[in-house]
Amino acid sequence: MSVLIFIDHSDGQIKKSSLEVLSYGAKLAAQTGSEAFGLLLGTVTEDLATLGKYGIKKVYQVNNETLNHMDTQQYTNLIAEAATQLTAKIILFSNNLTGKAIAPRLSAKLKAGLVSGASALPDTGNGFIVKKSVFSGKAFANISISTDIKIISLNPNSYHIESGSGTAEIVQLGLTVDAAKTKLLSTQKASGEVVLSEAEIVVSGGRGLKGPQNWGMIEELAKLLGAATACSRPVADEHWRPHNEHVGQTGLAIAPNLYIAIGISGAIQHLAGVNRSKVIVVINKDPEAPFFKAADYGIVGDAFEVVPKIIEAVKKLKAS
Amino acid sequence: MKILVCISKTPDTTAKVAFKDNNTKFASEGVQWIINPYDEWYSLVRAIELKEKDPSTIIHLVTVALADADPIIRKALALGGDEAIRINADSHDSYYIAAQLAEIAKQGSYDLIFTGKETIDYNGSAIGGMLAEMLGLPYISLATKFDLSGTTATAIREIEGGEETDELSLPAVVSCQKGVAEQRIPNMKGIMGARTKPLKVVEPIAIDPLTSVVSFELPPQKAGVKLVPADNPEELVRLLHEEAKLI
Repeated sequence: MSVLIFIDHSDGQIKKSSLEVLSYGAKLAAQTGSEAFGLLLGTVTEDLATLGKYGIKKVYQVNNETLNHMDTQQYTNLIAEAATQLTAKIILFSNNLTGKAIAPRLSAKLKAGLVSGASALPDTGNGFIVKKSVFSGKAFANISISTDIKIISLNPNSYHIESGSGTAEIVQLGLTVDAAKTKLLSTQKASGEVVLSEAEIVVSGGRGLKGPQNWGMIEELAKLLGAATACSRPVADEHWRPHNEHVGQTGLAIAPNLYIAIGISGAIQHLAGVNRSKVIVVINKDPEAPFFKAADYGIVGDAFEVVPKIIEAVKKLKAS
Repeated sequence: MKILVCISKTPDTTAKVAFKDNNTKFASEGVQWIINPYDEWYSLVRAIELKEKDPSTIIHLVTVALADADPIIRKALALGGDEAIRINADSHDSYYIAAQLAEIAKQGSYDLIFTGKETIDYNGSAIGGMLAEMLGLPYISLATKFDLSGTTATAIREIEGGEETDELSLPAVVSCQKGVAEQRIPNMKGIMGARTKPLKVVEPIAIDPLTSVVSFELPPQKAGVKLVPADNPEELVRLLHEEAKLI
């Protein structure tokens, strides 16, 4: 019996959200008296043995470059095969874009109950109950999984990475890789150095910034804080910023430790994408902006006056 | 070309989220119900656009719901689509719903099956993937563009760190999100026409759900905003550093 953790990667790098799942999985294995293993499909530049520091004993790999492009059918078949060989009873994913594509498919294949978007470790005291975010961050549901094999996908940035010492044994799995039915034509990388879905700090701009020419200060503040940049729906709709920066009900839902909203009124559709943020800062010149009700800190003021001063203060802080 | 569009009934985006019966059920009293926005704005509208390009296309809508979903099904038919199928069952888990939809999909031999990215109530993002597996079909998750040339589809989908363009042969299952199409509003002709379009009701097949909701809870209330004067933004930086310890 084991806990099998799917390790996601892109451009040869293991995703930060997967490190969270490794930490979560190691903890869950200890809680259920089993062992935690990682599973990586494809190739990465990192030394997989170092993943042992997150508390896993072994990393299984299907070392095949064609798997660096994810086809859901191909991935599902390989993970199902690995899970059967390793008698995995719990299979874990990050609820990132990759996890959303594969975990449901695997759930149907193995007839294994799935909770997607988990926000905490399961309660295994009496049954197997997983807490997940529902109603676009406005509530939680406690879901019981009744099947022998259980699948959980963990919301990014909802479990802290725990690392110690330890080395994992790398085991190559000689599984047959079927031909993918989807053919990759091209890849377009997102702009920005920090991936929005994984960012701990996000600096976000809205219509209050008046035009794309004024994003310099947003980018500067983000860079200083090691943050990702984001925007509200009207900003993406007006093409001031790329669509992949749009957070909200119809865009990306994020849960950073710190969300700084500048010139965003905070309509309910926007809040649905950011209300899981741990701390929210709102800078808006309208004191009636609904966002202040959801905020932890706020400044009622003109962003064009306030933000440059904040940038200077952060520079001073970083220099001290 | 036959397209199946899976739709779901969800509470309106602005609905108050509260629970009853010892926090085991969503308190639906007074709640306005809508078609899940991802299903309506993106999958359904894209299917309608494909039919506008090729009028021989047939669009069927399908939902798993009781009779109280009929008004939203009529609204979907007012946007477009030739007929609707309602599987007469209350909602259970994603697996149960996907299995019901798969049964309809098998009977109708569709070339293309659209779902929304997720529903705005359970946020599971699970139906498309499950359905694809049950039908043994390729699956494009979280598409932001979708085009057809004969039976070859080209899709752009969102992946970690960007987007990729994929090509595949139909039949296939695609989950749609923003970018695939633009929201439309039904016109009077559509609304009148929807009244006479067929709405078939079928009974569910026997399926055991794999998961069940034990209880709901609301997140802890925020303590309230701490306002910093606009002439002293340095104070905000100090609070984020010393009090919140985030920068």
